[in-house]
Amino acid sequence: MRSRTTRAAILAALAVLVIAVVAGTATARPSAVTLTISNWDAYTPENLIPSFEKATGIKVKLAKHTTNEDIMGKLEAQNGGGYDIVFVSGPFAESLKKRGWAARLDHKQIPNKKNLYASASTLEYDRGNRYSMPYTWGTTGLCFRTDKMKTPKSWWDLLKPSATLKGKVTMLATDRWLMLPALRVLGYSINTVQPAKLKKAANILKETKKSLLAYDDTTFYSKLDSGEAYLVQAWDGWCSGDNPKIKFVIPKEGSDRWVDTMVVLEKSKNKAEAHKFINWVLRPASGKAVSELVLYKTPNKAAMARVRKSLAKQYPHLAIPPKVLARFETERDLGKAQPLWSRTVSEIVG
Amino acid sequence: MRRGRSGSIALVSPALLWWAGLLVLPVGLVLAYSFFQRGIYGGVVYDWTFDNYRRAADGLYLRILWFSLRVAVEATVVSLLIGFPVAYFIATRPARWRTVLLVLVILPFWTSLLIRTYAWIVLLNDEGLVNRVLRGTGLVDSSTRLLYNEFAIVVGMVSTYLPLMILPIYAAIERLGPELGEAAADLGANAWRRLWTVLVPLTLPGIAAGCIFVFVPSLGNFLVPDLLGGGRRQMVGNLIQGQFLEARDWPFGSTLAVSLIAMLLALVLMQAWLSRRGSGEEAARAI
Repeated sequence: MRSRTTRAAILAALAVLVIAVVAGTATARPSAVTLTISNWDAYTPENLIPSFEKATGIKVKLAKHTTNEDIMGKLEAQNGGGYDIVFVSGPFAESLKKRGWAARLDHKQIPNKKNLYASASTLEYDRGNRYSMPYTWGTTGLCFRTDKMKTPKSWWDLLKPSATLKGKVTMLATDRWLMLPALRVLGYSINTVQPAKLKKAANILKETKKSLLAYDDTTFYSKLDSGEAYLVQAWDGWCSGDNPKIKFVIPKEGSDRWVDTMVVLEKSKNKAEAHKFINWVLRPASGKAVSELVLYKTPNKAAMARVRKSLAKQYPHLAIPPKVLARFETERDLGKAQPLWSRTVSEIVG
Repeated sequence: MRRGRSGSIALVSPALLWWAGLLVLPVGLVLAYSFFQRGIYGGVVYDWTFDNYRRAADGLYLRILWFSLRVAVEATVVSLLIGFPVAYFIATRPARWRTVLLVLVILPFWTSLLIRTYAWIVLLNDEGLVNRVLRGTGLVDSSTRLLYNEFAIVVGMVSTYLPLMILPIYAAIERLGPELGEAAADLGANAWRRLWTVLVPLTLPGIAAGCIFVFVPSLGNFLVPDLLGGGRRQMVGNLIQGQFLEARDWPFGSTLAVSLIAMLLALVLMQAWLSRRGSGEEAARAI
């Protein structure tokens, strides 16, 4: 999620020339296996890889990508090879699976899977975690200024803002989340591919655009903080900062359950070692470090139980229970309908 | 003679390689992709089709293109109105000042485009410096919005590409020298007349080059409409970028890119033809 959005992609790509961090040196034992892993920047706890290397003797070369689209492009260029493990969001894991690039996971080699919540194996893009293991998850809702408005209850508060909120609201810009509020108020699936339903949602969103300050995937929190905006559509993990007047709610019409996952590639020659790495990430201590670094929830029950209690007080979204998330759909790959979705979004925004 | 020719080929070969490797090859790839299809789960399926071009000829995309053209023209006109006087001012300073002023013109290029763009957000937002000062003076009321609209996009484009307007015009004015203007003044032409009958016609190639340098990148820019436009209007650059990233539809993105390249190419060729015709007339007059 951290870098799921295209905006974040541009920002990150322009702000820094991402250079793969190459761990290990030429003096390492030549026989040692080296895993090549790509994860989002700033999404891997500092100690995770050194502790894994020390415990297993397996070397890890950690590459970084800015977005799902970034790593998908790299895989495209290498025909699904070049890495042992990639971190991608749910629908992208589904795409990797459908293209035959994701390896079937052997759960016997991942005993720490038992640390996951039961609901972590009901993810629609990959039921039973056969091709992907969840790393972090969360939802999307409304992030707002408590001193400027009453607690919003419905997506309509965003879609048809009251007079005082006109020009003070922002929506997410990435297609999946831009469409979500309208699809939910209409009671449609967030993965709908029916043209008539998309059209109805688009009509609502075109009307909403007139009251929007901006579409914003990256700086909405600072817009709330500065008072430029009072109400924004936000991912739970992004509605967290130091301003006590900013709170997060999930609208009553429901939302999504987004998931970032780990996928072993079919072309990997080190599948056993890759399974070991995934098992290492699913240790309670690793999951705790992940959650405390990126301030997202993890689907790891044992890990969440260990996350510092003070942190959950400071960032209340960390306490959203998995049974609430489990009520929501996960994003699926849109398949053939992706061009229709793109066109619909262009029609709204363009 | 033969040796001389092979020597010159060796001399231009780095440029040729650069040209082939970094221009012809990628543009060729984009052109080829534009005739393929998107796989159901992303990727490219290598089956020939014209379908992408049919999809591109959609009123929706033409509207986005029209908006992009409008913004690019606005940015070019504003850049010209600011750039020409600035270039003239610099070109007429003493030589040692000229260098300093030129460095000042290109100084912004030393900062990342992203940071410069964010600086405008800080300046122009509702609670920003510009708005507060304007409100303080009573020039505008609280409903005036300077950010997340077409105005902000044009401001961003102008501030980004203005040096590209100033530099070629400066070069043209400097090359012209002051003599012709002085001669016109001696013959009784006032400043206005000297501007329109001497300076502008003789620096037209520089002006045209500056306009192209601003217009072309403005048309394709996607960062500025995203950040300063608040993503509320798409330009053709956003559309193409979205196809490559969000939609994972490289073939359709390529089709849109090819269409844009073709349009720009036509424009540049037209400019070249006009300037050649201009210089041809000049040569004829000289005879």
